[in-house]
Amino acid sequence: MNPLPLYVAIPLGAAFLIPLLGVWWKKSGETLAPLSMLILAVMSMLQVSRPAAVYYMGGWVPPVGIALVSDGLSTLLLIAINVIGFLCILFSLKYMQTYTGLTKYYALFMLMVAGMNGVVVSGDLFNLYVFLEVASIASYALVAFGVGAEELEAGFKYLILGSVASVMLLFGIGTVYAVTGSLNMADVAREIAMRFGGEMNPALLLAGAFFLMGFGLKAALVPFHAWLPDAHPSAPAPISAMLSGVVIKSLGIYAICRVFFNVYGIGTGAGEAVIFANGMIAFALLSIIVGGLLAIGQWDYKRLLAYSSIGQVGYVMLGIGVGARVLATGGQLSIAGLAILGGLFHMFNHVAFKSLLFLSSGAIQYATGTRDMKQLGGLREKMPVTAFTTNMAALSIAGVPPFSGFWSKLVILVATIKAGHTAIAIVAIVFAFVTLVYYIKVQREILFGSVSKLVEKAKEVPALMYVPLILLAIACVGFGLLYPMVGVYILEPARDALMNGAEYIQLVLG
Amino acid sequence: MTVYFLCIVLLTMGLYCLVAKKNIVKKVLGIVIMDYAVNLYLIIVGYKSGGVAPIIEPDMPAATLERFVDPLPQAMVLTSIVIGLGVLSLMVAMCIRLYEKHGTFDMSVISKLRG
Repeated sequence: MNPLPLYVAIPLGAAFLIPLLGVWWKKSGETLAPLSMLILAVMSMLQVSRPAAVYYMGGWVPPVGIALVSDGLSTLLLIAINVIGFLCILFSLKYMQTYTGLTKYYALFMLMVAGMNGVVVSGDLFNLYVFLEVASIASYALVAFGVGAEELEAGFKYLILGSVASVMLLFGIGTVYAVTGSLNMADVAREIAMRFGGEMNPALLLAGAFFLMGFGLKAALVPFHAWLPDAHPSAPAPISAMLSGVVIKSLGIYAICRVFFNVYGIGTGAGEAVIFANGMIAFALLSIIVGGLLAIGQWDYKRLLAYSSIGQVGYVMLGIGVGARVLATGGQLSIAGLAILGGLFHMFNHVAFKSLLFLSSGAIQYATGTRDMKQLGGLREKMPVTAFTTNMAALSIAGVPPFSGFWSKLVILVATIKAGHTAIAIVAIVFAFVTLVYYIKVQREILFGSVSKLVEKAKEVPALMYVPLILLAIACVGFGLLYPMVGVYILEPARDALMNGAEYIQLVLG
Repeated sequence: MTVYFLCIVLLTMGLYCLVAKKNIVKKVLGIVIMDYAVNLYLIIVGYKSGGVAPIIEPDMPAATLERFVDPLPQAMVLTSIVIGLGVLSLMVAMCIRLYEKHGTFDMSVISKLRG
C-alpha cells in the first residue's frame, strides 16, 4: 500500500480526535500524540528504502487530478519532520505540564506536523499553499500559546508577516496558473520547458520573485527575518525546537528548492533563471552576516539560538544557491552537485543540532527558571547530561571537527571556491569563526564557569526530557562519522532529485 | 490590462496600510485588503466575457463549449477565502488579547521586542 496519504491523514486525524476525546478523557493528547508521531517516525525511516512514490488522489491522474509525490528530497524532509516531531512530543510530556489547555497544544502540534508533511509530499502548487497555511496557522497559535504579553506580541508579528508572505505566494501561484494553465508542479515544469524552451517570460520572472520572497520569509532569510528572533524564543521550548529545527526548512528551504529546481527547471532552462540563483546567494550571504553579528550580542540564550538559526539557514541557502548558479550558467555538474549536497547536508545537521539546542534551553529553563545567560553558569556540575549534550551540539554547530557541522560547512566552502566565488567563500569562512565565537560564549557562560545562585538549586531534568537530548546528541556525532551511510541513503537521492528536474516530470506524469 | 493594474494598486494599498498604520486593527484591515486584492486577481485570471458555467450536458453545441469559463481559479478563490477567514479570526483574537494586556491597540505602545 502506498503510505503517502497517511503522512497527512494520521496527524490530521489525531489533531481532530485529541480535542474531541479531550472533553471526556484528560490524557487524550498525552496518549494519542506520541503514538501517532511514533508511527509517523517509523514510517518515514522505512521510506528510505524506496523514496520515489506517487499517489493519485481519488485515482485521478494528473494534470487533472491532484497527486502526492515523494522523491529523495521529500524523504529527507519527512524523516526530519517526523523524527524531530516525535522527540519534541516526548520532551513536551514533562515540560508542558506547567501549562494549561494541553489538549489544544497537542492538537495544534499535530496540525502543524500534518501541514508540514503535506507541504513536503504535495505535487500541486495550490495544495502546497494550502498545507503551508495549515502549518503556518498552527505555528502562529503555538508561538502565542503562553498568552503572555511577550508571546502575544511575537505571535502577532509572526502572524502579520506570515500573512504577507502567504498573499505573495498566492499571487505567484495565480500568475503561474495564468501563464501555464496548470497547477500540477510536474505539468507546470513541462509547460515551462516545452512552451518557452526554458525561456523566462516576464510574468514567470515576477512569479519567481514572489516565490523567492514568500518562501524566503517563511525560511527567515535576511531581509525577511524580522519575526524569527521574537517568535522562536517566545514559543514553548519544544515548539521552538520544531520551528527552528523543521518549520523554517520544510516551509521555506524545501519549497524554494522544489519550486526553483523542479518547477522552474533552473538547470535545464535558459540563462535568465540565473537571477534567482543570484538572489538566493545574496539573501544567503546577508543571512550569514546579519545572523552571525547579531547573535554575538545576545544574553538571552534562546534569542542567541534564534539569531544563530538565521545565520545557519544562510549557509544552507548558500550551498543551494551556488549549486543553482552553477547549473544555470552551464557550469560543471559535479561542482553543482557538491554545492547542493553540502547545503542539504548542513540542513540535515542543522535539524539535529538546533532542535537539540532549543530543547536543552527548555531543559535549562525547566530546571533553573531562567534563560538569561548572565544568571547561569557551571551547569556541567549540576546537570551533567544536559550540559554534555548541549556541548556536543554547540561544538557541532560551531564547526569543530569531527562533528557533523564541520563536514557540511567544509563541503559548502569547497564547492563555493570550486565554483569560483572566492570572495563569498572568505566571508563564509570568517562567519564560521563568528559562529564559533558565540558558541564559546554559550559554553563559558552556561556550561562551564562557577556555579551561579540559580544553578545551585537545579537538579537534572527527568528522563523523558533528557532521552531526546541524548538521541539528538548521538545524531550530531553520527552524521559526521557515519557520513557514508547517511550520504548514500538520504542525502544523495535528495541531491539527485534536485539536479535532475526532468526526472520529477517523468515520475509524476509517467 | 487596466484591471490587473488596479489589482496591483489594491495590493499596494493594503501593504501601505499595513506598514504605515500604528493601530493593530488597521494593520489587520491592511492584510484583509491584500487578501482581497489577490482573490480579485485570481478571479480576473479566470474571467471570460460572455462565459457560461462549465457544466457538460448531452447534445450541447460546440459553440457553448467554447464559452465555458475556467472553474479552477474560482475553486482556488473559495479555498483562499476560507483560509483568509481562519487567519482573520486568529488575528482578531490576538488583537483582543493584546488589548486586554495593554489597554490599547497602538503598536508603538505594545511593542517591546526588538525584532
